[in-house]
Order: sequence, then structure tokens, then C-alpha cells
Amino acid sequence: MFDPINPDIPVGEWIADGIDVLTDAWAGFFDVVEEVLATLHEQLLSILAGPPYWVMMIVFAAIAYLVGSHRSSLKIGKTSVPVLVGSWRLALFSLIGFYVIRGMDVWEHAMDTIALVIVAVALALLIAIPLGILASKVTWVSRVLRPILDLMQTMPALVYLVPAITIFGVGVVPGAIATVIFAMPPGVRLTELALRQVDEELVEAGQAFGATGWRILWQIQVPVAMKTIMAGVNQVIMLALSMVVLAGMAGAGGLGGDVVGSLASLNVPLGMSAGMAVVIIAIWLDRVSNGLSDRRPRTKKAPTTGPDDADESSEQTEHAEQGAA
Amino acid sequence: MSAGNAEPASGVRREGEATESAADLSAVPAIQAKNVWKIFGSKTSHYARLLKSGEELDPDSIHGTAAVVNASFEVKRGETFVVMGLSGSGKSTLLRTLNGLNPATAGDVLINGQALTGVSKQELRRIRRDELSMVFQHFALLPHKTVLDNVAYGLEVRGVDRKSRYETAMRWIERVDLTGNEGYYPDQLSGGMRQRVGLARALAAETDILLMDEAFSALDPLIRADLQQQLLDLQQELGKTIVFITHDLNEAMRLGDRIAIMKSGRIVQLGTTTEILYSPADDYVRRFIHDVDRSRVLTAGMVVDKTAPTFKPDESAEEVCRRLEAAGHTAGSVLEGGKVLGVVHLRNVRSATGTIREVMNTAEPVGRYTPIAELFSRAAEQIEPLAIMDRDGTLLGLLSQDRMLDSMSGSDTSGGHA
Repeated sequence: MFDPINPDIPVGEWIADGIDVLTDAWAGFFDVVEEVLATLHEQLLSILAGPPYWVMMIVFAAIAYLVGSHRSSLKIGKTSVPVLVGSWRLALFSLIGFYVIRGMDVWEHAMDTIALVIVAVALALLIAIPLGILASKVTWVSRVLRPILDLMQTMPALVYLVPAITIFGVGVVPGAIATVIFAMPPGVRLTELALRQVDEELVEAGQAFGATGWRILWQIQVPVAMKTIMAGVNQVIMLALSMVVLAGMAGAGGLGGDVVGSLASLNVPLGMSAGMAVVIIAIWLDRVSNGLSDRRPRTKKAPTTGPDDADESSEQTEHAEQGAA
Repeated sequence: MSAGNAEPASGVRREGEATESAADLSAVPAIQAKNVWKIFGSKTSHYARLLKSGEELDPDSIHGTAAVVNASFEVKRGETFVVMGLSGSGKSTLLRTLNGLNPATAGDVLINGQALTGVSKQELRRIRRDELSMVFQHFALLPHKTVLDNVAYGLEVRGVDRKSRYETAMRWIERVDLTGNEGYYPDQLSGGMRQRVGLARALAAETDILLMDEAFSALDPLIRADLQQQLLDLQQELGKTIVFITHDLNEAMRLGDRIAIMKSGRIVQLGTTTEILYSPADDYVRRFIHDVDRSRVLTAGMVVDKTAPTFKPDESAEEVCRRLEAAGHTAGSVLEGGKVLGVVHLRNVRSATGTIREVMNTAEPVGRYTPIAELFSRAAEQIEPLAIMDRDGTLLGLLSQDRMLDSMSGSDTSGGHA
């Protein structure tokens, strides 16, 4: 019988029972998930770790340069050559950073970790963004989601690993799943917030011209909200990276594995190297994902005199159009 | 008097109107609102049932807010209908019932004869797409689209292909004097330019009806006056049906053929500029017209005297003098072949001997839409009244200096407004 003075509320056991039931009932589904995630990770890893390190180094630097770049033109003599103007500083950082990772002899594990982050982030966004859109449209979905998201975010992340391992066994997949659960909430929250913050008059403008709800969503709300949504994406990426180290405990390998291993064997150099590699990857991912959200430099103002300054405005028009592309 | 109504130029019809339904449409008012109510609050559906069953409802006694109370009016084709009121008077809500952004709680809204209540979502979208367009107070331009794409938006929604919608959009960009700015983004433009983009977007949708929600209220006074003028010019040519919302009675009277004044959700007076100026319905309206600059909102056509006699240029001064005195007039106009040649004043014909051709004042006639303010200096230079002509050049009547001054005073003493 239940004793109200010395209460016995075995929440943990209930959840564990629930997970057991889930594992049995959805075994087929979990097998498919495991298969898909493991394959994705493997493929990605072979792409990232396959080529010589200096090729990948240049690729990372190129991504860093191109993300957030805008088209412009360079005048050489009389001909103007279209060029992309990006951040050369970020590109230089990428070159040096990934060179150091290679120098610390954790290249393979770093690629492993990047592959895991990409898989986890992709899955997290695939769930988070539609959920965020739904929550912004349907009030009760938002109300139901809020406490669930709170729970997902505040529960000590390690706790997810245990049931994930019991379901998927030791390896990459439980790490990825735990990462997805932990990293997803800001994606949902910021997507919902971003869409709710879109000026009501803009939505009305779409309605007043007879646009459908979908058209308003994709052509007005999502583009206008993009900056905030991308801030959410950035958060998801950073949280995922912080989590993949813990995923090392589930046997996911990569830099997380190195950190866990160094802890067990008190190997300071290995731990420090892996830690530094995580920091470099984190900075790179952060800047690159920020660059994605902010791509249109629009510093020039239109001439207030308008139609009279034909020369000047046509030049600026070109600039503006290029920015849009 | 009906001279306050700027009738659309009947000769100017848009090409789009020459469709199969043009004939029957012209007989129907562009917009009809019948006993429209809009109630906000949790018990809206309850009140909707009450009103539908024909029960009386006291807007002060309800739970929630009655933003629009039993509003009924018709907007004629080609008319500029202004709804004027302070903030919170329900004028914007009333406008939004016309395109269903805020569906009416009770009552009927008919657009080109078709009721908005009870139509399917698809049909409502079609009406918004093809028959109504809207200009917003804070412009509501899409920040991620260029001016060109913003202006073309209505056509894009309608599924017009890129090439022809850009062509149409460029035409309207040119019409609002924004050529050269089509590649910019809205945040690169000044407020006045942005609202011209908003206006071009609404016009490019090529709907007959234009809803303008405090469209010029967010602009500073000089820019606002520019845009008012631009709208008047466009309207002279296009003859759209416009519903314009404003809190500024000067603006209302400058733009509107008819004006509805709203207070706490009710239309307290509906009439032409002269009707409202000379016979305000209550103290609320009277307080508003206190601040109106009559010399700017009254136009020559509104106060013109249509009763003055007309003569031929070859009539003798003696004869004209006799006729003027007999009719009790001090001046008359001289016409030849339907055209105004000049104006004669009794004082000049009395002392003359030949034909009146020699003594008439041949000053250029004045267009009916000219504000009185612009006529004072001309009127002061001559003793004859000014000849006022209609848009097509025919004579409308005469406007004497006395009449001009009378129109500036509070009461309708000139007698021509009955």
C-alpha cells in the first residue's frame, strides 16, 4: 500500500518499464532508425576522412569563405570580373585550425565527430523546424510542447544515453539519438518565436492579396523569420557538438571517445588535444552557421531624389540584385 | 449639391473592365455594407446569433468590444469614399471587414454584388486576388523582396508569369515616379518612397477596388501632401473605387467624394465635404470641422453658382445690362459654341455701348477641382467672378468674390448647396 508519510514513487522504474515496452513493440522501427543513422554516419565519415587531410583543409576553408559571401565585381583594366567577396579571416582561421587538428594527430576522430554532428543536426532540424512551425500556428501544440521542451533541455544530458544504449546498443546511434534530443529544443523554440514575431501587417498583406496559407508561410513568414530561425539552427549545432563528446561514453568514438579514454587512463596530452580539436570545430561551425543567416549586405541607401540620378541608381540596382541572388 | 462629388471620368475605363461581366457590374455598387457589426471578445458567436435573429443590441451593454456598430453604406463605382475617425473609432476594423481580414460578426458585405459572408476560403481568396487590393499604414512591404518583386506580388499570387508581371510592375513603378529604384530593398528607401511602392503594389494588382488603411498617416506632412496629390492625379485618370481610412479630416475632405465620420464604432455622419462642413450632424463632427482649412478642402466646383445667366459675345451691352438687372444678377458668362469666352460684370456693361465682346473679361476659366485657396489672388485682381469649368472644358458656373468669402465662413450662406 502507498504510505503518504514515506512515499515511494518509482518514476524511474515506470519510465524504464515504458522503455522496455517501447523497445519490444517498436523493435522494427528502432532497427530501421539504427540502420539509417549508422549508414549515414559511415558514408559521411568516408567522405570526410577519405581524401588527404590537406584537401579537406582547403574544402573547410572554402566553405568558410563562401558562406556569408556576396557577389561583387572586380575591375581589372576595363573588364570587370565577377568575384565572391567573403571573409578571408575566417578562411585563414579554418586553414590553420584544421592544420593544427591534423598536427595533434586527432584528424580521423575529428572527422568522425563532425560526421556525427552533421547527422544529429540534420535529424534534429528535420524534427525541430516543422514542430516549430506547427507550434507557431496551433496554440495548443505550443502549450503542450513547452514543458516537454523544458524537460528535454534541463534533464542532465547523460541520462538520455542510458535508455538510448538499451534500445540501440553501444555505438554511434545512441550517441546521435541522445544528441538529437538534447540539441533539438532551441530549434523548436526559436522557429516558433521567429514566426510569431513576423509583423502581423505583413501576413495581412499576403492575405489581402489573396495568397494561400502555405504561400504566406513560405514566401513571407519563413523568409522574414529566417534570421531568428538560423539563430536557432546555430544553437542546435553548438549544443550538438557539446553533446557528441558525451556520446563518446556510449561508444560513439570520435573526439568524445578520446576524451573518455583520456579520463580513464589519465592521459593529459590526449585529453587536451581532443579538447582543443573540439574547440576549433566549435568555432568553425559557429561562424559558418552564423554566416548562413546573414548573407545580404545592404549598406547603400537609395538616392532620395529618385528617378533623376539614373546613372548612380542603375549601378546600385545591379548591386542590390546581385545581393538577392 | 452634388458638385462635391468628383465623378470618375466616364471616358476612362480600364481595359480589364471590358470583360463579360462589365455590363451588369456597372449597375451594382462596388461595395455595399448592410448593418455590419464587428464584435471582439469571447462571446462573439452569441451576439452573432442574437443579431441574426433580428434582435436589438446595445453596444454599451455587451461583454467585449463592439468595434463596428450597425454600419451601412454603399460605395459607388469610381468613388473615393473616406472613413474618418479617431483611433479606436473602428475605422480600420470596418475596412478589414470589407476584405474579410476581420470577418463581420453580423450583417452583409457585398463586393461587386457578391456577399463575403458564407463564401468558401477559396472564393474569398479569389475575391481578394481579383477584386480588392490594399495599401497599409506601415507599408507592409516584404523586406526580402526587391521593389520590383514587391510591386509584382499581387500578380505573382495570381499566377502571372514572371515576364509579364515584371512588365506590369515596371509600368506602375514608373507611374509612381520610382523608376530606377526597382532593384532596391524596402529598407533602402525613405518612408514616402516605401508608401509609393505600397501604392504601386496595390495598383499593379489591377483590381477595381482599392482599400487604403491610413495609408499616408505614417508620413511627414510634406510627403503626405505629395502623395495625396499623386493619388488625386492617379484617381482622375484611373477612376478606381477607393475606400480610404484616415484620422485627418483635412485629408478626408481633400481626397474624398463622400466621407463617413465614425465615433465608437458608429457612422455618425455620411456626406460630401460641403454637407459635412455646412450641416454637421452633431457636436462631435462640429469639433472636427473646427480644425479644417476650408480654403484648401473646398474646391471651386463645390461652391460654384450655377444659376448665373449666359450670353453670346455679339449681344449688345444694353440688352445684356437689361437682362442682368431683370434677373437680379451682377455677372454672367459669355459662351460661343459651348466654349467659355469670358465673363461680364454689370458695372462694365452699364457704361458700354457696343457688343459685350469688347467689355468682357477673357481670363482663363478655372478647373472645378482647384482649391479656393489658390483662387484668392486671381479673384482680387478683377471685379468679374471667375468662370469655373468642368473637366471636359464646359462651363459649370461662376464663382464671385462674395461667394468665395461666404464659403470660408461657418454657415452655408451662399445658397447653392441646397
